[in-house]
Amino acid sequence: MSHAPGAAVIAALVAGLTLGLAAMVAAGAGSLWPLPADWAALRFTVWQAALSAAFSCLLAVPVARALARRRFAGRGALIALMGAPFLLPVIVAVLGLLAVFGRSGVVSDALALAGLPPLSIYGLHGVVLAHVFLNLPLVTRMLLMGWEAIPAERFRLAQSLAMPEGAMFRHLEGPMLRAVLPGAAVVVFTLCLGSFAVALTLGGGPGATTVELAIYQALRFDYAPARAAALALIQFALGAGAVALGWAVLRQAGFGAGLGRRLAVPAPRGWRLGADALALVLAGGFLLVPLGAVGLRGLAGLGDLPAGMWAALGRSVAVALTSTAVTMGAALVLALAVARGARGWRFIDAVATLPLAVSGLVLGTGLFLTVKPWVRPEALALPVTVMVNALLSLPYAYRLLLPEARALHADYDRLAQSLSLRGMARLRWLVVPRLARPIGFGAGVAAALSMGDLGVITLFAGESGATLPLYVQRLMGAYRMEAAAGAALVLVATSFALFALFDGIGRRAAP
Amino acid sequence: MLHLDHVVMTEPGFRLTADFTVGAGARVAIIGPSGAGKSTLLNAIAGFLRPAAGHIRWGGRDLAPLGPGARPVTILFQDQNLFPHLTVAQNVALGLSPDLRPTKADLAAVERALERTGLAGLGARRPAELSGGQAGRAALARALLRARPLLLLDEPFAALGPALKQDMLALVAEVAGETGATVLMVTHDPKDAQGFAGQTVLVADGIAHPPRDTTTLFADPPQALRDYLG
Repeated sequence: MSHAPGAAVIAALVAGLTLGLAAMVAAGAGSLWPLPADWAALRFTVWQAALSAAFSCLLAVPVARALARRRFAGRGALIALMGAPFLLPVIVAVLGLLAVFGRSGVVSDALALAGLPPLSIYGLHGVVLAHVFLNLPLVTRMLLMGWEAIPAERFRLAQSLAMPEGAMFRHLEGPMLRAVLPGAAVVVFTLCLGSFAVALTLGGGPGATTVELAIYQALRFDYAPARAAALALIQFALGAGAVALGWAVLRQAGFGAGLGRRLAVPAPRGWRLGADALALVLAGGFLLVPLGAVGLRGLAGLGDLPAGMWAALGRSVAVALTSTAVTMGAALVLALAVARGARGWRFIDAVATLPLAVSGLVLGTGLFLTVKPWVRPEALALPVTVMVNALLSLPYAYRLLLPEARALHADYDRLAQSLSLRGMARLRWLVVPRLARPIGFGAGVAAALSMGDLGVITLFAGESGATLPLYVQRLMGAYRMEAAAGAALVLVATSFALFALFDGIGRRAAP
Repeated sequence: MLHLDHVVMTEPGFRLTADFTVGAGARVAIIGPSGAGKSTLLNAIAGFLRPAAGHIRWGGRDLAPLGPGARPVTILFQDQNLFPHLTVAQNVALGLSPDLRPTKADLAAVERALERTGLAGLGARRPAELSGGQAGRAALARALLRARPLLLLDEPFAALGPALKQDMLALVAEVAGETGATVLMVTHDPKDAQGFAGQTVLVADGIAHPPRDTTTLFADPPQALRDYLG
């Protein structure tokens, strides 16, 4: 069994940071017992995450089924669109939803024409709406992969046996859904437990505060570090519990590829065609109209972008590029070590998934408590954001690289060994060329996630020194919606440009 | 001289012993049923698997401390003998310069090796643009440049048709002749053994038997070989 000193050091760092900061939080909380308001935040967090998971999963079934069994112009584009919300800055999604469902949004305007009162998007239903907007596409893609993984021969066999549709569902599609849906629900539930940006913008108040939001309020408004630490401890327990519960599923959480398979699922005509079309139109509209609304308002807002926006953009890009470099370097070293079964690979594999259990604000609270006695938190806003973003992107980057690293090892390790291809030469002539695609894709995902992240920066940033998502949120808070939409457009364009840039480099470099 | 000195290979539910020598310059076929341990034997000599007991020596020197790249061995696998993202010339040049920084002299040698193996002018291609026979030739061109004294063939030509396989074996014989290499070749096909190898090792029932003259072995096959041949 070979040694992997580099991977061991990185794994120790990741474990130390994650668990060390959790320990800081625990120490900071002391013996503070949660207040009734904290229990309310906990209940709300779990309840909204459960509702979000349930709605995302239920609504995804008809959409994925329609995508699985229909071929039409724009199907590929629609599937690609389903991948977009994962990379979409949350603040942009919120702006889009406000533009459609908000008090002065399109729907409220229409209601006013009919003499009805406007909608209110704030509170539980707004939080759940935003989470479904962000996660419905993710679940749809997971289910679509499930459908396409059912061997075409089984459907042909069922058809040749003249199996009625109900029986086909029971024997083929039902088992697949039973296998995929629980995992999808766990993934969405876990993601929504750590929801901060949505709660910050659409929640709030006693009835709609998540634990993450309560941490932020305790630190920034009440200046109660011990209370924040107690809340962070609750959040850590929640996250760790969810990850432990869904360990098997979350470890496998991938993005998947190969959605271009030939038509295998029978495509009945008649009313079912209409139902499928309706599901697709509704889902497409639900995703596209808010995005389009941000785009339109953003274009109008581009005219009067505040001067401070460009500095915020610069900070965000610098943070995204640095954290991406750190994440990808660490993920590559860890994935290569695990792929070759180096000493302690099980430990390394577990550690690479560990950051899923912590949220940005839990890490942020730990860091805040650590640095507070020594330096002003504002001075460290950007380094802290880089570190936390790098840590939080690591599980995704690692999971993307691992299968490819394993294939590389299985296919070419013996040949490389027999030719003494090692060290830098091996990296340059074997690893980087063979892994260019997942490295590029992973870097694109990490950069977009970091670019759009609105989390730990809210704990540390002073009046100046905001990243672009925080800048957008502050514009919204000042009711400068036009300027906010303009800045949001710049934000989303930069996020997707960074993703496309890295992904494109990877594709081009791939053999 | 290759000396397998009381070598024992074990895996769960599997055990293989080997205790024999192979003279320098010999051409030896290794034959036996699937799963008997033919590839295991080659992988042990090449350094990918570690014997549970015993020693593998070449010219009196124990190979145990040497990694696969440092052993006096060139091995051709069943597949994946070429890196698909490198050109044919780069793949062959790895035989002289493992960090792929070939000198001018190295590049000239690569050209000569490509000509020698019938691949003149194909150096700039990628492996995917080669036929199966050409890919085998490229791997042999690299073996020619490495000129290691032991050439191990783990059925690299199994996917080729009979005529093409005979061509490749003839080329192996030429390469081995030029480099003076001892050849150990795993095969399923008695004809390969009879046509190519003076000696044959029978691997069956957990034992790699000492090499015997191929003609006499097949003239009066022992029971294990008779069972295999059917």
